[in-house]
Amino acid sequence: MDDLSRTSPEHFFSDRFNVTPALMERLLGGSLARRVDDADIYLEYRVNEELVLEENVVKKASRHVSQGAGVRAQAEARTGYAHTDEISLANLEEAARQARAIADRAGASGVVAVPGRGRAHDLYTLAEAPIVTALERKLELLRKIDVAARAADPRIAQVIASLSSEEVVMLIATASGWTIGDVRPLTRLNVTVIAEENGKREIGSWGGGGRVPFDYFLEGERWTRFATEAARQATLKLRAVEAPAGTMTVVLGPGWPGILLHEAIGHGLEGDFNRKGVSAFAGRLGQKVASELVTVVDDGTIPNRRGSLNVDDEGTPTGRTVLIENGVLLGYMQDRLNARLMKTAPTGNGRRESYAHPPMPRMTNTFMLAGQDDPDEIIRSVPNGLYAVTFGGGQVDITSGKFVFSASEAYLIEGGRVTAPVKGATLIGNGPDALVRVSRVGHDLALDEGVGTCGKDGQSVPVGVGLPTIRIDGMTVGGTQV
Amino acid sequence: MSGEVLRADLLTDVLGRARARGATEADGFLIEEQHFSASVRLGQVDTVKHSREQRLSLRVFAGKASAAASTSDLSRASLERVVDEATALARVTAADPHAGLPDPADLISVVPDLELQDPDGEDLSPEAKIELARQAEAAALESDARITNSEGAEYWDRRARYVYATSHGFARGYATTAFGLSVSPVASAGGEMQRDYWYSATRHRATLEEPASVGRTAARRALRRLGGRKVKSVEVPVVFDPDTAASLVRSIAGAASGPGLYRRASFLVDRLGKRIAAPAVTIVDDGLIPRALGSRPFDGEGLATGATVVVGDGVLESYLLDSYSARKLGMRSTHHASRDGAGVGVSTTNLMLKAGPTPPEELIRSVKNGFYVTELIGFGVNGVTGDYSRGAAGLWIDNGELAYPVEEVTIAGNLLEMFAAIDGIGNDLVLRDRTVSPTLLIGRMVVAGS
Repeated sequence: MDDLSRTSPEHFFSDRFNVTPALMERLLGGSLARRVDDADIYLEYRVNEELVLEENVVKKASRHVSQGAGVRAQAEARTGYAHTDEISLANLEEAARQARAIADRAGASGVVAVPGRGRAHDLYTLAEAPIVTALERKLELLRKIDVAARAADPRIAQVIASLSSEEVVMLIATASGWTIGDVRPLTRLNVTVIAEENGKREIGSWGGGGRVPFDYFLEGERWTRFATEAARQATLKLRAVEAPAGTMTVVLGPGWPGILLHEAIGHGLEGDFNRKGVSAFAGRLGQKVASELVTVVDDGTIPNRRGSLNVDDEGTPTGRTVLIENGVLLGYMQDRLNARLMKTAPTGNGRRESYAHPPMPRMTNTFMLAGQDDPDEIIRSVPNGLYAVTFGGGQVDITSGKFVFSASEAYLIEGGRVTAPVKGATLIGNGPDALVRVSRVGHDLALDEGVGTCGKDGQSVPVGVGLPTIRIDGMTVGGTQV
Repeated sequence: MSGEVLRADLLTDVLGRARARGATEADGFLIEEQHFSASVRLGQVDTVKHSREQRLSLRVFAGKASAAASTSDLSRASLERVVDEATALARVTAADPHAGLPDPADLISVVPDLELQDPDGEDLSPEAKIELARQAEAAALESDARITNSEGAEYWDRRARYVYATSHGFARGYATTAFGLSVSPVASAGGEMQRDYWYSATRHRATLEEPASVGRTAARRALRRLGGRKVKSVEVPVVFDPDTAASLVRSIAGAASGPGLYRRASFLVDRLGKRIAAPAVTIVDDGLIPRALGSRPFDGEGLATGATVVVGDGVLESYLLDSYSARKLGMRSTHHASRDGAGVGVSTTNLMLKAGPTPPEELIRSVKNGFYVTELIGFGVNGVTGDYSRGAAGLWIDNGELAYPVEEVTIAGNLLEMFAAIDGIGNDLVLRDRTVSPTLLIGRMVVAGS
């Protein structure tokens, strides 16, 4: 198999498709960039491999290749976008014609070069990309996970372990005159188990990964922890009691519960919704939107993280954007279009699912900075409430600000102590005031294991979240015990 | 059509190469589509997209071991690479006694014409398409002074061709068109903003709902959310509007699907032939309705589509199976195989809960104190246990009247208990999407609020 990471994106596309940076720049300079405000040509080649073990053996293996080019032209707030699966000069010319047809209409003056914001990062150069690691080693790991998960508890009836490995090569030529590429490895290991006892069944899952080599899963026997965690989740739920219903004090554990930030404020701070004035946070820069204990950043520059990128999908180097500092709203996440229209700078948050999609402002790794409090003391401070440590997905209504996220591992807090596990329950809140109710922030900031995928407008991108232990006074818990 | 013959030839070549590389059998699915969309916001063009996509998915068997591969690059070199990689992968996967293609004798012979392709659908210029979106949004913006902003309106259309072939020499195809129009207006009053949407999607352009009607419905939905408040936590009857009720039907179909059942990861395990819902509940999946969005002449394994009664008078009558999950369960495929890149799964066609006798207004009038749900958010459905907890918005029912909007609450229960507690079924079933339901009244659920 080709080791894509050993070649530069420029050489990759010129060797394989005869599309050189010079040719892309000529297309941009010629037909595309005149009388528009911005334009770019994006090339992408993606290889994905998926291995799935179930019923003790690896029965499913698949490999997928997708490639294509997306051409974009923008004038004022208008975007023309065309893409093709076949990367060739003729198709690029046709796509450029289609993209330009719409953006061109009102006759903008031409692209004003916006300088890049510095150099691309080098966040995930790996000794061996996960896509090229020998299949035998991967199959062996999945078989070991199966044994470990079944050994964790006699009630484990099913183990499904999957390993996905991906490599994306991208190259973008912008009308501002620079061409930049990136090679992006990504891998994820997931363990799902079904526990069965007296006719009752429950499901547990755990996983992780990032822009890391296959050996990441072997370090410190990380894979063993994934297997035993999945088993623990499932067996714990077998004895879970009904979740409470109503408004109560909620303590969120560190790490993955950071999905709270992603839903409660993250989407609402994406530039597009604010430019259009349809976000519950529109026009609130400089205002207090959270407790002063709260500082939230979006940081695409953390090495090897799932949500990190050397450059975003518009060629802008990623950065660290402070969204909320000590409770005050400081900034939005921007792509080029929305930054231009809001007369501010792109923040390296212009992302797309693939060449088939135009970029939008999206999150990278979004987390709250650590505070001062001892996590155990935070729990002890709650007479009665809910302690939630693992979550499934979440969703937000950007305009009304209402958001939900679903706890999959949670416990009652009674008299300052963590007691019975409760069944899964959805937590619901209102973005602009949920973080105002944060009354304690722990010193134990943790980032998630690397499993997050965010959906917006039908486009999925890998993201990360993080949180220290926090206490929220008054959140609605959607259980069945009134 | 010559285009289809060419594509069938391409697939046949690929499958032949797989055989030459040592595969004992193989099948492939080719999807080719052209997509256009135009969005308008506040009367101005926002984004116009053109795309042309193709994807070939291949499944190869080496005896009883299998592997899958897919590619969007149909050049000879790339196809050869894909075949080689798939056959290499099939040599490292474990043998599975239940793996294999369907019996060639079961494959469809005559592909019925379900009128899934609109012969006149493509005669609009991009400008005329943009105009449809503009009209839909304008109708929303003009309908009420409180509609102050918009996330935009979109017109889209899609033409697709599907060809399925096996290494036994079978090759059949069909083509579809689809058209859609949607609007997302924002209503505001007293510093509060609410967004909602409405849409129409059809296989023939002429049957799309009028743009002005789509826009007005979207505006009405956004407006009725203004002034939303939280209610006290309480256990009450809950009425689901047709859209939110359809999501409940989808959950039942998900739990009745083969892959979850043979893994014993579904709340419908061991329930075949048993009562799982109130006696008035019948859920049917019918893939042969002419012009319907979910219709397809054959499934992802070349097996003829039909009508399947999933739940009949409250009893679970059939699972939804592809060949593999059927063999695992000792049953026969119900011809619900779907293709994605990773292989074969299960998907429904036109899935519907049959209409009941009661007008929806009467269902609402029968509730003294309860919740009329018009929106659900979040993913709080556990497919293994049926435990259900989702965010909801809608209107509070007070003495049989829709009294005031409600938001920031959750509803919770268990899907089996919820379906057993269906006390009323509306007569308002409209086949406007792939999964549909009439209005449903569920006797008791927990609403969590303040």
